Amino acid sequence: MMRSRFEHQLHDLNTNLIVMGTLCEDIISKSLVPLEEDDFYLVNNVSKTFQKIEQLERDIEEQCLKLLLRQQPVAKDLRRISAALKMVYDMKRIGAQSAEIAEIIALNHIQSGQELLVLRDMASHVIQMVTDSIDAFVHEDEDLAQKVIAKDDYVDQQFDTIKVELIRYFSEAAASTDATSDGEHVLDILMVAKYLERIGDHTVNIAKWVIFSITGQLDGETT
Amino acid sequence: MSKLTISDLNLYYGDFHALKDINLDIAANEITAFIGPSGCGKSTLLKSLNRMNDLVRNCQITGKVELDQEDVYRDLDINLLRKKVGMVFQKPNPFPMSIYDNVAFGPRTHGIHNKAQLDEIVERSLKQAAIWDEVKDRLNKSALGMSGGQQQRLCIARALAIEPDILLMDEPTSALDPISTAKIEELVIELKSKYTIVIVTHNMQQAVRISDKTAFFLLGEIVEYNKTSQLFSLPQDERTEKYITGRFG
Repeated sequence: MMRSRFEHQLHDLNTNLIVMGTLCEDIISKSLVPLEEDDFYLVNNVSKTFQKIEQLERDIEEQCLKLLLRQQPVAKDLRRISAALKMVYDMKRIGAQSAEIAEIIALNHIQSGQELLVLRDMASHVIQMVTDSIDAFVHEDEDLAQKVIAKDDYVDQQFDTIKVELIRYFSEAAASTDATSDGEHVLDILMVAKYLERIGDHTVNIAKWVIFSITGQLDGETT
Repeated sequence: MSKLTISDLNLYYGDFHALKDINLDIAANEITAFIGPSGCGKSTLLKSLNRMNDLVRNCQITGKVELDQEDVYRDLDINLLRKKVGMVFQKPNPFPMSIYDNVAFGPRTHGIHNKAQLDEIVERSLKQAAIWDEVKDRLNKSALGMSGGQQQRLCIARALAIEPDILLMDEPTSALDPISTAKIEELVIELKSKYTIVIVTHNMQQAVRISDKTAFFLLGEIVEYNKTSQLFSLPQDERTEKYITGRFG
């Protein structure tokens, strides 16, 4: 096989992207673990995972720049490497937003099991989206990348549902004479839901770059 | 509008079928690159555009090459064709004479002997070839004392002196260092506003840098012909993809 060294380096790039994707799945799921399960340890763990994600972003960027410099890739190789460069930015943002979620959860305002359940359902969807988008990249599976984009509609719907619920909660609290209603807890739920919704958007970006690497078509571009 | 139109061109060296059913339109004032592995026919096609295969024994050509709608093999006088089509080769080949005489050689052959007129042609050609400033004080020195990069630009100046419409370049930078290569590439891009340029190159990055369109040749056929940006980012044929990404063979 010609260019076996180059093939090997592309394979290493894939491996690093898989590792980074796995860390993203991991950090999203850790960020929503309630605090009674050992709060200090968990927050600390999330920030360590985020550090690893940041380090991998730098490593992958360096790897891509070296490949561009040394191999002067064209066609599919160039698309894959440039897509990887864009994807790692979105993955880092996923890490950063998960770290924000973990900080909110650490405040311990959200304690109701029911509320956490809804947020976790949302999280499990975005985790699956991350997994699928990286799988789609590695296996050059355009259909799977398209499915990731379609799945984001469900995440957006969940966010809207939570918003409606919270508005209802506020209007009921305003009508009630009970002064104990807790506005902070409501805002925390809203922020966590918004972060999850943003993570869904970053995953959609990743899927769009995957499609670009396979087809050469950028989102919204027609030929 | 096409400057050169190649239709159903087939070329044989004896029994060997070197070019197979070539159809290609080459637009005016564009740089067209021919790429492909050694022996794929790209230089053969370049040479058949100004009938350099005429003297090759057992070479047989069918089909048509038209320059401005005139059939190169049937309608055009060969001297007129050579005046319209200049050529630069892989290895710089200055004549063993002065820099001035190298550039004035073509115009003199075409009957220009007036000193003032020749002076003007020599200066203009050397300026167009971006070498005037380097040689203006030693025009009467031998061209053989120049560096390789300078010799190649002199050869370009010599080709431009007869004011051709088309400039054919057969791997013009493969024997040059990177700085001379960069100068020639810059020069070629500047020249396309006045000339139609066809360049054969083994350096794919060079094709990407300077050409507007690229034709990929394989085993005597054109596999793909497209805008260079398109061919190198999203090739349509799997063989093109394999060749340009270095996975061919």
